[in-house]
Amino acid sequence: MKRVVVPVILIGLLAFYIIEKPLFEAYSQKIPGTPVTFDMTPIEGGTFEMGSSSSLNSDEKPVHKVKVDPFWMGTHEVTWDAFELFLDKNYELAISEEPIGEIVDGLTRPSLPYLDMTFGMGKEHKPAIGMTQYGAIQFCHWLYLKTGFFYRLPTEAEWEYAARAGTNTKYFFGDDSANLDVYAWTAENSDGMTQMVAKKKPNPWGLYDIYGNVLEWTADQYDPEFYKNSPANNPLNPAESLYPRTVRGGSFKTPAEEISSAKRFFNDPKWKQLDPQIPKSQWWFPEAPFIGLRLVRPLNPPSPEEINAYYTAAPIADY
Amino acid sequence: MKNTRRDFIKTSALATGGVLAANSFVIPGAYAAPETHLKLALIGCGGRGTGAVFQAMETGHPIKLVAMADAFRDRLDGSLKPILDKYGAEKVDVPEDRKFVGFDAYKNAIAEADVVILATPPGFRPDHFTEAVKQGKQIFMEKPVATDAVGIRKVLKAAEEAKAKKLNVVVGLQRHYQDNYRKTIAKIHAGEIGDIIGGQVYWNDGGVWVRPRKPEQTEMEYQMRNWYYFNWLCGDHITEQHVHNIDVANWVKKGYPIKAEGTGGRMVRTGKEFGEIFDHHTVQFTYEDGTVIHSECRHFPGAANRVDETFQGTKGTAYLSAGNHGVLTDYTGKKLYEHDRENNVNPYQQEHNELWAALVNGEYKFADAENGARSTMTSILGRYATYSGKVITMDEAINSEINLFPDTLAWDATPKLVPDADGFYPHAIPGKTVTV
Repeated sequence: MKRVVVPVILIGLLAFYIIEKPLFEAYSQKIPGTPVTFDMTPIEGGTFEMGSSSSLNSDEKPVHKVKVDPFWMGTHEVTWDAFELFLDKNYELAISEEPIGEIVDGLTRPSLPYLDMTFGMGKEHKPAIGMTQYGAIQFCHWLYLKTGFFYRLPTEAEWEYAARAGTNTKYFFGDDSANLDVYAWTAENSDGMTQMVAKKKPNPWGLYDIYGNVLEWTADQYDPEFYKNSPANNPLNPAESLYPRTVRGGSFKTPAEEISSAKRFFNDPKWKQLDPQIPKSQWWFPEAPFIGLRLVRPLNPPSPEEINAYYTAAPIADY
Repeated sequence: MKNTRRDFIKTSALATGGVLAANSFVIPGAYAAPETHLKLALIGCGGRGTGAVFQAMETGHPIKLVAMADAFRDRLDGSLKPILDKYGAEKVDVPEDRKFVGFDAYKNAIAEADVVILATPPGFRPDHFTEAVKQGKQIFMEKPVATDAVGIRKVLKAAEEAKAKKLNVVVGLQRHYQDNYRKTIAKIHAGEIGDIIGGQVYWNDGGVWVRPRKPEQTEMEYQMRNWYYFNWLCGDHITEQHVHNIDVANWVKKGYPIKAEGTGGRMVRTGKEFGEIFDHHTVQFTYEDGTVIHSECRHFPGAANRVDETFQGTKGTAYLSAGNHGVLTDYTGKKLYEHDRENNVNPYQQEHNELWAALVNGEYKFADAENGARSTMTSILGRYATYSGKVITMDEAINSEINLFPDTLAWDATPKLVPDADGFYPHAIPGKTVTV
């Protein structure tokens, strides 16, 4: 009897320890029941100068000091390999080696798009594209139900902090856009389409394609004036209307010169004009084959109530 | 084609029973009375029909939505709310007695309007279109326009009548209103890549929505709610979606195939919630001049997507897609034409911009119904070929007497296709199933 009980207690303690104090290291997240994995990179917390004084864009000013808490960030942009499992429950069921469980089964899934949302650019190792911010958050919700870890979108501040990787220059490698070709897919070198992730060099903190390839969702409402009154700790401008919301990093369609760590992009209702239905899809932008996402997982997750509130916020009707 | 405003008013008035004053098309202008709206009715209040009303309103012309019809009250209410929110009581006047619900609702709603949007599931289109033409209305109708040959013949007949009455008919094959298609195909027709001798058209993606069965539903209601998976309503995805790409082939070839052969089945989408439709079809369409166009459509999640059209000419190739692609290339690889993909007009909006401009000017400009019917028929020919496994001629197909439509439309009536004891529906078996 004793011999049985001790290991059980040990395993229990170990599990408790892992949940309470996760090792803050790079890890590979397996999506349970499937062969799909994705990689997460630890980003130590710290303080940085957010914005740009030299930029011509007034919304990047004033430069202000911001502190962010530690988090993991997706080493890569989320690819179709993972996103399509979420997109189509029947596909998830077909791929999964075990039952997906009632809670995952009951999750609201995206409406299947009427268009080919890869826009002919392919799926394997290519960034998932065209999803709304709501769709991106619901993907995180699905991951939470699958893995038990709180994945979410980065705040603008977290994104810029991670992109800068300790630098104050326009790019994490300096100020000359000519060097961007080494690190990023932009209008100059992308051949007009998304590219497989991790084919270029990463930034100093190990993040691939943080510039270019696809724009990445953040959690924030876009407000050009926000930096004037930004909180100093973990700033977030909560999103209350569908447009404009902030996206970051530029895409395969963005000229290199327009990309920088500080550059703030935002979504546009035009991205949905090709949607023939009313209300328009809460899930898809049929004219934005350049918007994707990168995950964040905070080292210290909020309470289960806060997590639940984040995932279950009702979408705003779009028409 | 163009007739005068006076003729048009007369025609419309005659067709609607001669009540000119109450039902005038005359828009504020040189000699017209002010404050006259074109009265619009929406038949089929789903997402697409609601979207079409938005596009009509966005044209900026004086339009008033006056009636709505749907089989389901909840769909009607769900459609009216965003329209009213967005455009307000001045442009939206649908009181309780002009909300029509049920299988016969369309007749009453059509009667209230000058212009109708027909956007129910396609199985109803032949009867709705016939009625709208009979009542002398101007028409926007969604694709496809039928789900079997019996329906196609009705649409072709009504299309003739619409022409005789000079009723504008726009069909929602919106690639015809999309600049990259118009410009690129005009160049193909001008001979820039020689004669077209082959082509491939695709709609390969992951599939569409499913609406789960609810215990309180009759079989009729369930099929009406989950309509995509039942052929009398949908026509299978080769018709409901892939008609777009097949229609492009017909457009490029300036004609319709004379025969088809193909293969299809249910490979990955086999659950009972998926009714009777196949999850893949691949068809070879042979045209009068011997050209063979390969058509492929599938709903396979996890597989590669492809929704586009390619053609080979004697002097070069063409690539087209709804993502504003339009590229002509010669056989040395030199680009002869490349459509600018930026800043293109939304084709769903363009359909209405052009239709309503004609309507307010009293012009007769659009007779899309016949091509809509013949391209829909081409897709049905493809289905007849994949379902039967046989080589089917267009002649045989269009004369098929197999009628998918229920004998009686009522919530307690039984559709022709019913599930077995386990809830699964019989589906076509190539080699066994008879389609013509």
